[in-house]
Amino acid sequence: MAAVKIMDQEAIRRAVLRMAHEILEKNKGVENLALVGIRTRGVILAQRLKQAIHDIEGLEVPTGILDITLYRDDLTSVGAKPVVRETLIDFDITDLKIVLVDDVFFTGRTIRAGLDALVDFGRPASIQLAVLVDRGHRELPFRADFVGKNIPTTKTQDVKVILGESDGKIDEVILE
Amino acid sequence: MSWKHKHLLGLEDLNREDIELILETAKSFKEVSSRDIKKVPALRGKTVVTLFFEPSTRTRISFELAAKRLSADTLNIAVNVSSTSKGETLLDTARNIEAMNVDAMVVRHSSSGSVLLLAEGLKCSVVNAGDGMREHPTQALLDMFTLQEKFGRIEGLKVGIIGDILHSRVARSNIWGLTKLGAKVTVCGPATLMPRGIEAMGVDVCYDLKKVLKQSDAVIALRLQKERQQDKFLPSMREYSMLFGINQAKLSEASDQLIVMHPGPTNRGVELSADVADGKQSVILDQVTNGVAVRMAVLYLVLGTKT
Repeated sequence: MAAVKIMDQEAIRRAVLRMAHEILEKNKGVENLALVGIRTRGVILAQRLKQAIHDIEGLEVPTGILDITLYRDDLTSVGAKPVVRETLIDFDITDLKIVLVDDVFFTGRTIRAGLDALVDFGRPASIQLAVLVDRGHRELPFRADFVGKNIPTTKTQDVKVILGESDGKIDEVILE
Repeated sequence: MSWKHKHLLGLEDLNREDIELILETAKSFKEVSSRDIKKVPALRGKTVVTLFFEPSTRTRISFELAAKRLSADTLNIAVNVSSTSKGETLLDTARNIEAMNVDAMVVRHSSSGSVLLLAEGLKCSVVNAGDGMREHPTQALLDMFTLQEKFGRIEGLKVGIIGDILHSRVARSNIWGLTKLGAKVTVCGPATLMPRGIEAMGVDVCYDLKKVLKQSDAVIALRLQKERQQDKFLPSMREYSMLFGINQAKLSEASDQLIVMHPGPTNRGVELSADVADGKQSVILDQVTNGVAVRMAVLYLVLGTKT
């Protein structure tokens, strides 16, 4: 199947900016707010949201990095072990409103692992979910609070999010 | 980068990429040990047995904590309570334990090559926790992890290994690992405890401790294995300590950036004087902390490999 471009650089920029506004609106500002990005592209999106929030409010939001590898539910069934990278959350998440950030929202299994990983660091007041792309086909009962774009897909299609910081190319979202 | 080994028997069998993957993975696990909740579910439902035919506290506890922090179940078997004292062979003991559906066995044994025998005779993963005079791979890995943490690199580092090289599995594993990662290794010790032909492993030999201290970025002082000295390798402990023991006076002639390592347990006053062991150049307790992270990385990697 031919690859279709779903979002270009400008569309991604506007989506991130809108999500930043929505996060601030829902949480009534940045008080007790923190962002946690899921490796790899969720980390980049969390950084961009942090920057957007700074541009809007002039305030810094604590931002952490979560690696969910050790919490995956398929660790015993995948062949070679996926490479584990560091989790970096250098603030206490207890009683904070955490916005978990990821690039593509699909089965929900990554988010399940992310929630388990996060609560090992403390007891947040709440956890919200922000994703750049929601492609459906949930296998677990999750929904996102902030969505960049909803994309109808079939289960066998592949959604690729390309971001400058990690991929060295111009931002885009492609459906294959 | 992907891991392809079911067992960890020694660093001789690994290539540079394998070693770097273990060290990189260990970084993440060090962070896990620093949390309030020091546990991740990665090895939930797996069973890890530590089977020790030689006394050990540090290594056994370190492996046990590593397994527990990955949510594996652990069981410790020490030789004095096992059936080998009733005449059962090593392989039979191990096969009987494996028959209870064990996923990994961490083994220490006084015979070099015993872990290879087990790896060939068992279906579960085997991790070497020290076999005779051959290898003690996780000790060398934690030494390399500590060096990398202190210097930011291993390539080009000058490392001295001091003491009883002949009987030391720690020295052998470190030589394999450090030279594969591009460090320059010098071994130093009494001529009676220097294996003939050790230069073939890619190391320099020097019998002058002061010279080694002066030229090195780090030195690893080996434990003088009193239990292996029956054959009169040394005239006296006192002479050994005078020539090859590291004290503050000898250290003060070298760079104050030099770091001093020791695999433990330390014979204070023999390999290291107390003021050196407790001094600011000593990283002995960092090594112990890093040991858990490195062993978590090893268990995580070997238990994930399908063959």
